[in-house]
Amino acid sequence: MKENKRFFPTLAGIALLLIFVILLENISAAVPGLPDVFQPTSPLFTVLKKAAVYSLVAVSMNLLNGFTGLFSLGQAGFMLLGAYTYAILTVPAAQKDQVYYLFGGCAFEFSFVDMFGMVFGNSGVGGAVSMVLGCLLAIILAGVVAGFFAFLIGFPVLRLKSDYLAIATLGFAEILRAIFQWQKLGPITNGANMIKGFPTFSSFNITGPSGNVILRLSTFIPFFITTVCIVLIVLLINSSYGRAFKSIRDDEVAAEAMGIGLFRHKTLSFVISSFFAGVGGALFAMYVANAQAKAFTSTMTYEILLIVVIGGIGSVSGSVIATFLYVACSEWWLRFLDSEMYFGSFKIPLLRNGFRMVVFSVVIMVIVLFFSNGIMGNREIDLLKPFGKKNKKKEGHTH
Amino acid sequence: MEYIISVLLSGVSVGGQYALIAIGYTLVYGILRLINFAHGDVFMVAGLMGIYLAAVLPITLSLPLVIILTVLLGFAIERVAYKPLREAPRMSVMISAIGVSYLLQNTATYVTGGQPMTYPTIPFLSGTVDVAGTQTKWVVIITPILVLALVFALTQLINRTKVGMAMRAVSKDFETSRLMGIKINSVISVTFIIGSALAGIGSILFFTNYPAITPMSGAMPGLKAFVAAVFGGIGSIPGAVIGAFIIGIAETIIKGLPSSWDVSVFSDAFTFALLIIILVFKPQGLFGEAATDKV
Repeated sequence: MKENKRFFPTLAGIALLLIFVILLENISAAVPGLPDVFQPTSPLFTVLKKAAVYSLVAVSMNLLNGFTGLFSLGQAGFMLLGAYTYAILTVPAAQKDQVYYLFGGCAFEFSFVDMFGMVFGNSGVGGAVSMVLGCLLAIILAGVVAGFFAFLIGFPVLRLKSDYLAIATLGFAEILRAIFQWQKLGPITNGANMIKGFPTFSSFNITGPSGNVILRLSTFIPFFITTVCIVLIVLLINSSYGRAFKSIRDDEVAAEAMGIGLFRHKTLSFVISSFFAGVGGALFAMYVANAQAKAFTSTMTYEILLIVVIGGIGSVSGSVIATFLYVACSEWWLRFLDSEMYFGSFKIPLLRNGFRMVVFSVVIMVIVLFFSNGIMGNREIDLLKPFGKKNKKKEGHTH
Repeated sequence: MEYIISVLLSGVSVGGQYALIAIGYTLVYGILRLINFAHGDVFMVAGLMGIYLAAVLPITLSLPLVIILTVLLGFAIERVAYKPLREAPRMSVMISAIGVSYLLQNTATYVTGGQPMTYPTIPFLSGTVDVAGTQTKWVVIITPILVLALVFALTQLINRTKVGMAMRAVSKDFETSRLMGIKINSVISVTFIIGSALAGIGSILFFTNYPAITPMSGAMPGLKAFVAAVFGGIGSIPGAVIGAFIIGIAETIIKGLPSSWDVSVFSDAFTFALLIIILVFKPQGLFGEAATDKV
């Protein structure tokens, strides 16, 4: 009963958030004379897009590290799989020769966008429908490929514990990165070069016949996909599977004694987490408008791990908040530290390219050392708390 | 034939350089059960310090100074970033190590401006020598000899001295040795000092052979050295050295394969494949003691 009561208000809250994102994105076109922050080119939207993508990956990592207690460092590898799957499957056939020019064209002349295009047509509304369906299918497949790979490497890797698991998953991510850079696989992966030309976030903007943008959806799309995925993860965490994950985290031996299949649940958590990391990788490819193995280094995994730690290991809302703060600080608010500044005629020392990241990593160290619970610890923000109290009272009366 | 000799020679030398880093990992892991992710970056910082010091000081002065400063850095990292977390869960310490690694890399980017830096030529090490018909640098010959000498000295230190005995005791049983009156913190500091000193020496040998240092150039040798430590059996010094030599030789062989096969991208991947195989089939490594808490 309680679940049902909370379901619709939550849904309404999410819908409101998404509508707000659409409004924010389009307000500069409707109301002239707004500050530059609201222009489509402002860092605000870069931050929102990147943070939406990263928060999905951070939550997926938290599912594994925070809720199941499996310390995996393979996130960048699964993102790489997702990014490449998405990119390879959505580059339109017409573009393939140009993208793969070093290898004389792609090995398979196939693209989901074209496939749906044959059904719905390639222009106008039909073109839009085929692009949306093609991208959606490719994004889901990106997750499936990453999840399947996780299933395969889960057999050897999930038997390992704590830091051995971490270093083995890190190793797998590095192996994947090498394989995708192999020139012999060039006709599929484009070797060490990037794959370009696939639909990105801005492809989802609705344009008029003359090419002018009628409705911007480029920030809405990552928010929408991330929100759907995070809701799915939260539902999973609150299910009996989620409780099994938490019991494994708290005490493996006790969990096994209670009849929880350790290996089955660990594999499940690993596969699901990797599925969403794969989806996150596809979104990341859309965000940067290219897919290149070089980007998915272990540093990327560390970055996401640090986000999870800042937000609080074991808190979904913490991870989301931390991602937005982290991305906003690194891409926008701390930018001023990177450029030389003068206070009158006095040049403020130390400010120069790279200083931002030094300050930033010192702050991270302070959090790791002195506030090891992060922003949220393992609590969650309850949007419905004011209403929740009322509910509790009612329940109390009925007893 | 000459080609084979030159590949083997450089393999042995790379292996020796990995060995010097791997000892730092294996000692720390033996005592703290911590993968010190920052160790590879300490190695990179040692390389950068070599560049900056050699620019202002004569080489005979700057090289010992590099080692001293690296030791100080390793000591400081342990005191600031790991010691406060002694009672925290193991994963927190590892996260802290990752944070330190991130900090060192970003600081290096800031200081160097992100540009690759060229290591100074050290007159003696960079000179060439003729071995069995192949031209090679002196550093290639000296590295394995120096490594073996240092390992010998280190094993003497661990087996014959009081500090060494304390180190062995702590790695056997942390809590009991504490009860026996061993000053845990100073033992851990000594461990970090030894590891950092070896990383400093390793950086001099390693970067003499390589054209440039970037802020990321510590990460990969660091991870490889850790794999070497696991391969040889974590906690075992001879194991780490042998593991490092095997990985170094295998890596140069892969890099030296005909370029038409185009497999040189796998020289890093091979190391990790080796790691996963050893973890699955023989988790205690080649020379490690059978322990049950790893798997």
